[in-house]
Amino acid sequence: MTQLVLFNVTNGLIVGAFYVLMALGLSLILNLSNVINFAHANFLTLGGYFAYMLIPFIGFWAALLVAPLLTAIVGIIVERLMIRRVYGRDPVYSLLLTFGLAFILQDMCRYVWGTQGLPLAVPTSIAQPLSADLFFITGYRVFMVVIVLVAVSALFAFLRYSRAGIRIRAGILDLETVAALGVNVQLLRSLNFAVGIFLAGLAGVLAAGQIGLNPNMGDSLLMPSFIAIIVGGVGSLAGTLFGGLLIGVAAAVTTVFYPTAADAVIYVIMALVLLARPRGLFGEEGMMS
Amino acid sequence: MSEATALGAATTPVLSRQRLGLAALWLVLILVPFWVPFVGGYTQLAGRALVLGLAAMALNFLLGFTGVMSFGHAAWFGLGAYGTGLMLRYVTSSTLLATAAGVLLGGVLGTLLGRLLVRRRGVYFAMITIAFGQIFFYIAYRWNSLTGGDDGLRGFQRQPIGFGRLLLDIQGNDIALYYYLLFVFAICVGLMGLLLGSPFGRTLIAIRENERRARFLGIDVERQIWLSFSLSCFFCSAAGALYALLNNFADPMTLHYTLSGEIVIMAVMGGMRSFWGPLLGAAVFVVLQDYVSSMTVNWMSFIGLLFVLVVLFAPRGLLGVLQRETPR
Repeated sequence: MTQLVLFNVTNGLIVGAFYVLMALGLSLILNLSNVINFAHANFLTLGGYFAYMLIPFIGFWAALLVAPLLTAIVGIIVERLMIRRVYGRDPVYSLLLTFGLAFILQDMCRYVWGTQGLPLAVPTSIAQPLSADLFFITGYRVFMVVIVLVAVSALFAFLRYSRAGIRIRAGILDLETVAALGVNVQLLRSLNFAVGIFLAGLAGVLAAGQIGLNPNMGDSLLMPSFIAIIVGGVGSLAGTLFGGLLIGVAAAVTTVFYPTAADAVIYVIMALVLLARPRGLFGEEGMMS
Repeated sequence: MSEATALGAATTPVLSRQRLGLAALWLVLILVPFWVPFVGGYTQLAGRALVLGLAAMALNFLLGFTGVMSFGHAAWFGLGAYGTGLMLRYVTSSTLLATAAGVLLGGVLGTLLGRLLVRRRGVYFAMITIAFGQIFFYIAYRWNSLTGGDDGLRGFQRQPIGFGRLLLDIQGNDIALYYYLLFVFAICVGLMGLLLGSPFGRTLIAIRENERRARFLGIDVERQIWLSFSLSCFFCSAAGALYALLNNFADPMTLHYTLSGEIVIMAVMGGMRSFWGPLLGAAVFVVLQDYVSSMTVNWMSFIGLLFVLVVLFAPRGLLGVLQRETPR
């Protein structure tokens, strides 16, 4: 029993780590540009497929970095060509636009790489279980958690210490003033979008190593990422981080006791949070209205 | 005052041209079984367009006339479908009772959850409605013994409706079924028109135009939005109930947020500032989807492209362009 619970908590933390990577990117884009990026999960999938294409040529380690970068470049192109045109308009338009993009990207992935699942080769050095007793902790899982930790730390350091990061944080609070101070807001939004998409691409490569590739691989992560943002509190990246881990673990622990409800429990958590603390656990008053 | 002319069923006398248009529209709807076969359609497809049109008009009650964006209306649509299906399968053989059960299930649950939402605005309202909508998708998906899970709810049949001696055979006769759908559609649309023409409807439009001013005028904005949301849920679950009757089937995908997005694009494509726009949008969408999915397996790209094109090039929708209303 203890092992079972431990197994599921480990699982939950790993799933939660994916929610966190997804949700942090979504949250960045939502906070600065007021756009919910429905296509975020499809960028994740794209990252996975890019890695699949790159690994034969440059190996896993380089692909881990290059595939998310390529995904981010696709993200910038999409942002420049389309999403930019709906900034400042009724939010229904940005939702519909990214919704349509999600359809197109998913269909394109299916068209190019087929509907069949594909495996992503992971270096054997990190594919072994660490010990016989804790068979479920493979080196790859530890590796994923480390990478997520590094990525999240790097993101927070970027936002805290770099000039662009500080501008992004200022823009989240008051974009008009930032623009009035002479910052190129268009460029800032593109950069911010690219950072968010990079995180999605990275999550895609990591997830592909664990569960393999298919055109819908990101879909199951989208709703939990929304919920992580709502539970953590819109506007707070620390909240998103906490929210992602919380619902990951909560769903996994529910799996032990009542598997049927594992999908639903995260929605219950969201409803409870909204009832008790409408702004979310870490949210500032007024961010969501 | 452009809405008054677009409402159709508004209480004040409107231009005779508007009345004429309205009469023509209803005539077209009533005569559907007679002209649709000649343009290559079939009555079942027309029924689908009518039902999804009702859903899009219900959404637009909230989106276009209250200015609040729900992106989770598939939940209420699907609950209407499941309510009707479950009632017919387990409880009664009365189509009317089953329809009412579907409307109540979606409407009441929507009203309850709406209470949690009313303080949110804009993109956050949308995000929370999407997430809440998915609850019901997972319940229908997982509760195999009751709902049939992934395969959907089967094993029920719409039953003929008796009015005294008259029997409307909606079970075997597609045309009779269409008229039952049109009957419920007319009730819902008539109610929506009356509500939007009433002082309540004016209040909603005031909130849409300037929420802060409405608040200072003493309007209890949260309460009005909750009311509008609840009514919209009731109308949308009526559409869902009809959908279950139309297909003799309730599909978990009717609860999925993908359908929510499709309902929104129908409303926007038709024109969300006009009363009838969403019906037109739904008709275009249904016909296009039917056509494209029979032509290519990559129909998702085409539907996605439609979303993108509408947003970038026709944000006011088909009727919006025709009426040349000023955009917000």
